[in-house]
Amino acid sequence: MMDRRIRRWVVIIFILIAILISVSVISLCVGAAGISFRRIPHIIWQGRGTGEYSILFDIRLPRIILGFAIGGALSLAGTILQGIFRNPLVEPYTLGISGGASLGVCLNIAFKWYDVVGIIAYPISGFVGAALVVVFVYSLSMKRGTLKTQGILLTGVMISFISSSLVMLIMALSRSEDLHGIVFWIMGSLDEPNMLLIRMAVIGALAGLVLSYFFCLDLNALALGEEEAIHLGINVEKTKRILFILASILTGLSVSVAGIIGFVGLIIPHLMRMFTGTDHRILFVSTFLAGSSFLILCDTLARTVIEPFELPVGVITGIIGGAVFVYALSRKQVTL
Amino acid sequence: MKKTILNVEDLSCGYGRELILHHMDFKVSRGELMCIIGPNGCGKSTLLRTISRILKPHRGQIFVDGKNIARMRHKELAQKIAVVSQTPESTIMTVQEYILLGRLPYFRKYQFLETNNDENIVQKYMELTDALKLRETLMSEISGGERQLASIARALAQEPALLLLDEPTSHLDISHQVQILELIKRLNRELGLTVLMVLHDLNLASEYSTRLLLMSNGSIHKIGRPEEVITYETIEEVYKTVVLVEKNPLSGKPCVFLVTEEDIKEGKTI
Repeated sequence: MMDRRIRRWVVIIFILIAILISVSVISLCVGAAGISFRRIPHIIWQGRGTGEYSILFDIRLPRIILGFAIGGALSLAGTILQGIFRNPLVEPYTLGISGGASLGVCLNIAFKWYDVVGIIAYPISGFVGAALVVVFVYSLSMKRGTLKTQGILLTGVMISFISSSLVMLIMALSRSEDLHGIVFWIMGSLDEPNMLLIRMAVIGALAGLVLSYFFCLDLNALALGEEEAIHLGINVEKTKRILFILASILTGLSVSVAGIIGFVGLIIPHLMRMFTGTDHRILFVSTFLAGSSFLILCDTLARTVIEPFELPVGVITGIIGGAVFVYALSRKQVTL
Repeated sequence: MKKTILNVEDLSCGYGRELILHHMDFKVSRGELMCIIGPNGCGKSTLLRTISRILKPHRGQIFVDGKNIARMRHKELAQKIAVVSQTPESTIMTVQEYILLGRLPYFRKYQFLETNNDENIVQKYMELTDALKLRETLMSEISGGERQLASIARALAQEPALLLLDEPTSHLDISHQVQILELIKRLNRELGLTVLMVLHDLNLASEYSTRLLLMSNGSIHKIGRPEEVITYETIEEVYKTVVLVEKNPLSGKPCVFLVTEEDIKEGKTI
């Protein structure tokens, strides 16, 4: 029985890796300057210096790598949060994390902190905003040493509202060039020239994946409810605390590097649960890979649909993700 | 003298400041099947929740197999005590996956997969509880009675010294009630499993338990064999209801009959 299950898991992982590779290759080839797949080895052979080489490896490849990291991190965070809250509507952004991050970045743009600190001010202000909200929400939801998962959702949603109102206030008061910057950042983009940030995102996302695996069985038990999980010998409070912080870091990292890309963390965990079942041992890695592929695909569309202009990738994830999700729901009888 | 499996010493417990249980003292020996009975809100479930360490006692100690539960690690406790709740969660996992979760307390650190031994144990208890035919079905697609069977199988997979059940039959019809209770009785007799169970139905409790614990307002009103505990005096004292207690002609256990107001008015006697 176990062997059969492991064989199934291996097959699933192989299929998802194959999808990820194909999507990445497609994303490399299409764009304003179409490059045929067969020419890629030739371009690599010619080496650095040609225009095509630079398009492939200085412009497109970094985006793909960032898409891999951000898509994976957001889906993983969504899977973790849906697991600990046992609520299918939770995603990284319903807890107010993105609200805090966007507020931080808006303040950065409005007060021109980036003139003082440099380009790094964007991710730092985003991350600080997200972290403050997490600490705030978390401490409001701690009651007598236990994390109240019902309360934390409501608090998170409220904080989201407050911070998005403040963002709108800042937008209303700011000048038009700042406004453009804020809007563009809020809509999210994988266009990130800073290689250091990309590397940070990749390492962070992969580290998150490894860490989350220490808790996959705890999350399986938590599916039965918190008391039942305690009866099965799980230290529920510790698990919830660590995973909540882990998911927040993954989200904060994503938001601060790529802006707000909604929906990935909500739908990918759902879709994967339909295909692979609810066992977190396979769910974690499959959502990570699927999220990566999905975001790379969406980003490819975002930069090719109305060439040479670019759409915000958050718009594409919303439209495609929503449509696929509704379709999947109507095809398969699933209980949310 | 049989070995004591559960020893509750001077236990007081409650939610927040409000005390629900007051100075409870009792022991359960190996191989007993003890039912806890008592009116709504008298603290039956609170007692079970304290024994399974969901609630911390305000006062007093609980020993399982000679060891204080307050000093046990999470997994150690789960190896000693398994709990079957009133309504097991209807999750989207197969019955087999669900029952395999019962082996979690035995997982070593950094162990991610079940061993062959785990699977054999799960297989054994699925056969014993008649859950084997359901193994590939989703928990969300089976009936309440079947879910209760799966839940008992999961608890057995924990191979506990003590099995706690909180009204396991409250949502079931009479045939499923009997099916579940017969299973528990068989586990108690054949495997020597020690069982502590909250039951609402006095007649079922009387029929199936070796000893009864009658609670009233958070303390023990009476503890003993069914014929000692279920008498019309104790029932009237605790439940404030007039009943008639007769022997079940088949089993010889006490059996409670309702006495309606009309019966009293008309002064009926047997």
